[in-house]
Amino acid sequence: MFNASVSFHDVLFMLRGAGVTLLLTFWAVVGGTTLGVLFGLLRASAPGWPSFALGAVLDVFRSVPLLIQIILVNAFAPILGFDVSAFTIACIVLAVYGAAYCTEIVRASVLAVPQPTRRAARSLGLTWADDLTAIVFPIALRVGLPGWIGLALGLMKDSALVLWIGVIELLRSSQIVVTRTQQPLLVLGIAGAIYFLISFPIARAGAWFERRWQDQ
Amino acid sequence: MIEIEDVHKSFGALEVLKGVSMTVARGEVVSVIGGSGSGKSTLLMCINGLEPIDAGRVVVDGVDVHARATDINRLRRRIGIVFQQWNAFPHLTVLENVMLAPRKVLGKSRAEAEAIATDRLSHVGLKDKLVAYPSRLSGGQQQRMAIARALAMSPDYMLFDEVTSALDPQLVGEVLDTMRMLSSEGMTMVVVTHEMRFARDVSDRVAFFHRGRIHEIGPPEQVIGNPQRPETADFLKSVR
Ligand SMILES: Nc1ncnc2c1ncn2[C@@H]1O[C@H](COP(=O)(O)OP(=O)(O)OP(=O)(O)O)[C@@H](O)[C@H]1O
Ligand SMILES: [Mg+2]
Repeated sequence: MFNASVSFHDVLFMLRGAGVTLLLTFWAVVGGTTLGVLFGLLRASAPGWPSFALGAVLDVFRSVPLLIQIILVNAFAPILGFDVSAFTIACIVLAVYGAAYCTEIVRASVLAVPQPTRRAARSLGLTWADDLTAIVFPIALRVGLPGWIGLALGLMKDSALVLWIGVIELLRSSQIVVTRTQQPLLVLGIAGAIYFLISFPIARAGAWFERRWQDQ
Repeated sequence: MIEIEDVHKSFGALEVLKGVSMTVARGEVVSVIGGSGSGKSTLLMCINGLEPIDAGRVVVDGVDVHARATDINRLRRRIGIVFQQWNAFPHLTVLENVMLAPRKVLGKSRAEAEAIATDRLSHVGLKDKLVAYPSRLSGGQQQRMAIARALAMSPDYMLFDEVTSALDPQLVGEVLDTMRMLSSEGMTMVVVTHEMRFARDVSDRVAFFHRGRIHEIGPPEQVIGNPQRPETADFLKSVR
């Protein structure tokens, strides 16, 4: 059997894959959070059937395995006439999947802000928008941040699933190197280390904020 | 002047206010007493539009609180309210709690808002707590902070909803003293309270609330000292 050692070039190739993973994560988190905040606010502040319907739709994205969503969207996009790259499809599916979870985090965090606190803010003459930005968001952020960090890290790891539609991200590039070198343990070890290096700052940032807010 | 005219208010099938009328003149202190669930809190929240009403009118200095055309946020600047639960904004320091509304609502600069907040906090005896977070304050201190926060808007009226009910007994006095100070400065106040001594000593008039109606209103010597209605007498007996 052909056997080669892992070269510097291979590591560079994997780092390029890591770049794609980072980019996928970035768009998934940005898109998912933006939509999640909008949907979550809607769910928290406007009960009734639109909010209920939105919740039901988002439940679909939360309950169908991500891999199936990726493959289905990738298969149907060209049929429906969308001419987009696999990378774009990957970003969109991950973002919508992230939004489904983020919506619930935002909804629960906003509802965790005590109604009397909000009433006190309004009684001072603060407008609905002032109440949201000065009272609800900062308090909800403290409630929701741990869950949101978990979501961001989860999206980063789940982004590996898009290798199934041909996006060469970190895991796929690692597989390619494994096929060539036949050194799965070393290569996957390196890949795992890179995943860890990406996650670590995110997790630490979350812990830092939590510590800062502790004495409030 | 606050004019409350035949206000009706229901929560679903439950009619909480069944035609309440009273007026509060400038500089007057009116205490509202009455049993639990009689609608006292609801009435206060109808005065500054935190709760809508079903019928009747609330007019503050000629402005109809519940009229569609009324800018309610503008009106609320002039009506401070303090609740039973002190409702501090937990993510802001004591100083920032008090600065928030002057900055957001009155558009004051940071320096102006800080000056106002420092002044009001000193007034209620919290000058040494400016940079603390509310969670580090006692209940009495948090409640005084809530009073300072309302005062920072320089309101013409202050509404108090059982502001001492959630406090440990030894902390009640400091909050009542703060309210006494305000009344002696001429603040117009509507005070929902279970503190009969406070109601008797500080109020110009006392209103007895029972099942969504004012059963008796008059000077404290009458309503508390010599009640004219059997319901009032029964209530006073129950709280003594
Ligand atoms: N938002 C609400 N929705 C439904 N019912 C309510 C609401 N707020 C108050 N009520 C009901 O209205 C009635 C009057 O309540 P309110 O709080 O005005 O009484 P209160 O006189 O302030 O009593 P307490 O002395 O216990 O504070 C109560 O039966 C209460 O359960
Ligand atoms: Mg009450």
